[in-house]
Amino acid sequence: MGKVLLLTRREISAYFVSPIAYVAMALFLVIAGIFFALADFRPGAPAGMRSIFDIMMFILIFIIPIVTMRSLSEEQRSGTIETLLTAPVTDIQVVVAKFLGSWIFYLAMLAPTLIYVVLLAAFGNPEYGPVASGYLGLVLLGALYVSIGLLASSLTENQVIAAVTAFAILIVLAMLGPWIATVVPSRWWIIGVRAIVQQATVRTHYQDFSQGVVDLVHVIYFVALTAYALFLTVKVLESRRWR
Amino acid sequence: MCAMIEVENLTKWYGNTLAVDRATFSVEEGRIVGFLGPNGAGKSTALRILTGFLPATSGQARVNGRDVLMESLAVRSSIGYMPENVPLYPEMRVEEYLAFRAGLKDVPSPKRRAAVDRVLQRCWLKEVRRRLIGQLSKGFRQRVGLAEALVADPPVLILDEPTIGLDPTQIEETSKLIRSLGGKHTVLLSSHLLPQVEKACSHVVIIADGQIKAADSLDELKKGLAHRRQVVMELRAGDTGDGPAEVGRALGQVAGAADASTDEVGGGWLRAVVTPAADADLREGLCALVAQRGWQLREIHRLAPTLDELYARIVAGEAVTAGKEAA
Ligand SMILES: Nc1ncnc2c1ncn2[C@@H]1O[C@H](COP(=O)(O)OP(=O)(O)O)[C@@H](O)[C@H]1O
Ligand SMILES: [Mg+2]
Repeated sequence: MGKVLLLTRREISAYFVSPIAYVAMALFLVIAGIFFALADFRPGAPAGMRSIFDIMMFILIFIIPIVTMRSLSEEQRSGTIETLLTAPVTDIQVVVAKFLGSWIFYLAMLAPTLIYVVLLAAFGNPEYGPVASGYLGLVLLGALYVSIGLLASSLTENQVIAAVTAFAILIVLAMLGPWIATVVPSRWWIIGVRAIVQQATVRTHYQDFSQGVVDLVHVIYFVALTAYALFLTVKVLESRRWR
Repeated sequence: MCAMIEVENLTKWYGNTLAVDRATFSVEEGRIVGFLGPNGAGKSTALRILTGFLPATSGQARVNGRDVLMESLAVRSSIGYMPENVPLYPEMRVEEYLAFRAGLKDVPSPKRRAAVDRVLQRCWLKEVRRRLIGQLSKGFRQRVGLAEALVADPPVLILDEPTIGLDPTQIEETSKLIRSLGGKHTVLLSSHLLPQVEKACSHVVIIADGQIKAADSLDELKKGLAHRRQVVMELRAGDTGDGPAEVGRALGQVAGAADASTDEVGGGWLRAVVTPAADADLREGLCALVAQRGWQLREIHRLAPTLDELYARIVAGEAVTAGKEAA
């Protein structure tokens, strides 16, 4: 545990001296701000954050791969992976620390959006329940996206390839269900496939959060998928043993 | 003394490339051993196996009595490793990095400061302790890598090409530092340059094409070479009518000679190289033969075989292992 904290601290401090991390953060805040102003923060709209929460699911598909692309790719490119993995730490500790580092950076990126809540409170009378559950959804969504970004960055020493890979996986994972639902004819024998794909899709489990519903099934979906992506990342690191 | 590093029939295939081929050697506690071989010989691969970064295809390796695969964490705790080209985090400051690595290597946090100060002192890094690693020169980066390997005071140090890319003064300094580690630490350092190994090490393990070609102390290797000093001579048979083959045969039959070869060098002159069978000086016998046969002699001298030459012969793929022949 001590070593995980030590490694996590190093990850976080590396973010705060990385220009790309700041660019990603600025980009995120600008885009989120624009959508908040257009969709939620306008006269006549109900005082809430439903639209911005829904839109975040898409914005983050672009932003999080930029945040995570460096994580394991750069260690492989520069060779520091060799000192890292020959220290007396386990591959699991390394992956967990990498995850925590990126996730905490993501949470720090999310923190300034709490201003929206302040703005809504100043100009209206928002319901705080859906806002809180919406943020819980974002915290879980971020964990899943970060773990997939990390998996992608373990696969290559090229940061750009890592980002594009993460982006591709996330697009499929987040949007495949709704898309399948529109193109697949609803015959009885295909309904099973459709249901499975729907259940595997991020959107199915994310949407309820912004509406103030916290369903345990949705929470389990995010936690389990995140853990699975991290498990695969550990396996990729271990695979150097049989390559 | 016991062997701190033991390698037995270690073999590593990268796909279809054989990088290490049934390597067997050991390193005694407290020794500084040079792992010498040309580029591509398999040095880095063998060191990566010892440090637990890569698994061997077959064979065994033990460090400090523990198997590198089965007890990887324990082995890694007892090794300070500096990989080739010294990978470091450019965005960290020197002392911040060393403290981080000390923590990873189980130096308890109250002692970390002292451990970092100790290696900063020892590796002449005090004046750059607050500098960003990314802004350091090659020489300083190398020292940071060494300091990192030393920070937890491990019994075994494995250094992959620690002096590559340094200028002569820096090589001298680094070698001095490495020499000072002997006794307390067991050091295995790789290099493709013999002079650098000679500066720092008492023993060498020579590897080429993945195979161990020699393993002995430098003194023993030199002694082994002194036993067989070849004699080179230039002579002409003149009017005696003896052909090159006859000259070579006669030279090879001088008492104490094992073998002789001749080459024509023009103008009727022959260049002959005579190899003694044992520790014998053949010059007198050869001169006597020349006089008796009425040949003309314009040059005779003994070669002083150097480790350089031995190393070059090993690298060139000749199956000479002076260390073993001497034994
Ligand atoms: N990751 C790798 N994949 C495939 N071949 C490799 C790899 N690393 C090294 N080799 C090959 O293995 C041989 C030994 O390399 P190496 O151990 O780096 O030698 P050295 O350190 O003595 O220069 C070389 O032929 C090299 O091309
Ligand atoms: Mg090498």
